Amino acid sequence: MSAHPVTLSDLPLHAAAQVEEVQDMHANDAIARRLRELGFVGGEDVRMVARGPLGGEPLLVQVGFTRFALRRSEAARIRVRNGGTA
Amino acid sequence: MNAATAVTRLALVGNPNCGKTALFNQLTGSRQKVANYAGVTVERKEGRMRGPSGREYAVLDLPGAYSLQPASLDEAITRDLCRGFYPGEAAPDALVCVIDATNLRLHLRFALEVRELGKPMIVALNMVDAARRRGIEIDVAALEQALGVPVVETVAVRHNGAAELVRRIDALMPQPAAMQPPVVEAGVDHHAQVRDILASAVKMPTRTAKIDDALDRWLLHPVFGLLTLAVVMFLIFQAVYAWATPLMDGIEAGFGWLGELVGSTLPEGPLSSLLVDGIIAGVGGVVVFLPQILILFFFILALEESGYLPRAAFLLDRMMAAAGLSGRSFIPLLSSFACAVPGIMSTRSIQDPRDRLATILVAPLMTCSARLPVYALLIGAFIPEKTVWGVFNQQGLVLFGLYVAGIVSALAMSWTMKKFRRDKSEHPLLLELPSYRLPHPRDLAVGLYERGMIFLKRVGGIILALTILLWFLLSFPGAPENATLPAIDYSFAGQIGHAMAVFFAPLGFNWQICIALIPGLAAREVAVASLATVYALSAADDDAAAQALTPLISDGWSLATALSLLVWYIYAPMCISTLATIKRETNSWKQMAFATFYLFAAAWLASLVTYQLTVALGGG
Repeated sequence: MSAHPVTLSDLPLHAAAQVEEVQDMHANDAIARRLRELGFVGGEDVRMVARGPLGGEPLLVQVGFTRFALRRSEAARIRVRNGGTA
Repeated sequence: MNAATAVTRLALVGNPNCGKTALFNQLTGSRQKVANYAGVTVERKEGRMRGPSGREYAVLDLPGAYSLQPASLDEAITRDLCRGFYPGEAAPDALVCVIDATNLRLHLRFALEVRELGKPMIVALNMVDAARRRGIEIDVAALEQALGVPVVETVAVRHNGAAELVRRIDALMPQPAAMQPPVVEAGVDHHAQVRDILASAVKMPTRTAKIDDALDRWLLHPVFGLLTLAVVMFLIFQAVYAWATPLMDGIEAGFGWLGELVGSTLPEGPLSSLLVDGIIAGVGGVVVFLPQILILFFFILALEESGYLPRAAFLLDRMMAAAGLSGRSFIPLLSSFACAVPGIMSTRSIQDPRDRLATILVAPLMTCSARLPVYALLIGAFIPEKTVWGVFNQQGLVLFGLYVAGIVSALAMSWTMKKFRRDKSEHPLLLELPSYRLPHPRDLAVGLYERGMIFLKRVGGIILALTILLWFLLSFPGAPENATLPAIDYSFAGQIGHAMAVFFAPLGFNWQICIALIPGLAAREVAVASLATVYALSAADDDAAAQALTPLISDGWSLATALSLLVWYIYAPMCISTLATIKRETNSWKQMAFATFYLFAAAWLASLVTYQLTVALGGG
């Protein structure tokens, strides 16, 4: 992975990274707020655990001790940098 | 605080998957009351518990929530109740915040949010056994210090695993000040606080359970995962058929014996006819399906408890999204295999209102257990029992096919609705995949007991009443003196049936079937009871009346009629409670009318095609 930030939706299978921030796609983005509540906040380690059988969607992401299934459009709100250890 | 004589009210609050319901079962045992919150259809569970001091507690199990900033109806209820604002509900005297010791990062954040409400609270640190096995060390004293409220370890799935929690609550309740959280300034970053607490109170070697990693690698694998899912589903339906048979034979024999006993004891006349032909034949015909319903629910509950169901949702999400649903729709749709009513009610966990509506409208196409009696009867009568391809029971295969037909129709329907939907904005998924855990026998038993009682109450209430009403319609008025046909042809029901038969003749339904369709509106399984009653009464003599229904219809109906009726039941909106639930959940007569119309039209057309095709192919 390159050093510049990419979004979580681009993370390859089994790769780890660190969250930079969740970006609002529009004003009052409830999905972005919920992502932050679920633990996608700056500095958290994330890992791409699995991808769905069809079209590589949804994504299964480990954050903290928890695994969340996200659609690609949801994961695209999460900017990550490499260097995660999850 | 209430007066000393009043019960103390506790509310269990926590993230989804924190083991709250298992803890609730542990605390209250079978002393539970399941109902709905006033005005909405979110399930409300309350139970009673007694502390060592003899004090009585009312324990309320709140819906799981990730945040007090609600994203769904359940979360809004949890927030309002915690704050003590929910209309019609007394404010809880104390909150029991349940957190999963293996998932502290997420659950502590919610505990901090709950703490800011400033209500007396105690933290139940649940699943400490699993945490220990994973090498997670938690310093409870330091956690207590950091949170400023009492923290008690619990193992909700172990006998007496909550005894310490009960003791602590009971000891603290007289002075709730001990449970009063410290005043904290608003607007602090909960995530940063959690990180500090974890750093000072928790040591953990790995962030995930090895077993979860290993299982997920296989169960979520694009090929093996889907294969496993297909096998699991298939085995469930085979088991529903194969395991239930001996139990069902037993129940059938029991009711047969009872009917003979009553028939031979009572003098011949209307009372004997009502008891034997009406009640015993009718109710017996339905109770016999209790084993199948319990087996199906056993699997649904076990899969739910084990954490496999969200995995299935993960695997199917893309496919279901393409059809205008969501992976989240999988669980409501799977529950609809048991009954569409709880299935439709559980769609409230789907946050997106459009996904939710689509799921509600197609849920009646899932083959509910009330259809099982009808399927079982027809398959038993018309499909030869033999083994195909070495291992499969042919009757089980046909049953599986009927289920698949329902699923395919549901996907086609939701796809069509998606095409006509104007709002094309984003549908979120955001689904947690919890750790795998072994289902606990007590939780399975409590769940099965609840479902079994719901079924038996239906039998005792609506089904019994309809059976008696039908018997009346079938028996009166009696035949005129110069009658040439059996008496039943002159009865009210006979007349109604003959009138309806005109409309249903192209589908191959005779008038006996038409009569059975009417009470089937109230509860599908009554159709079987009704057929039993209709045939018992129209039998020429007592010998024929004592016969089971299966040989009667396999002699009397053509294969085309049987197949047509099977197909009818895939679609038919023959269940008033489902329609009422759709009305209640969507709060719209229009949606209910739409569901009724499309299901009825699909049923009529599909049965027409089935009947005419089978006849054309020589099955008439």
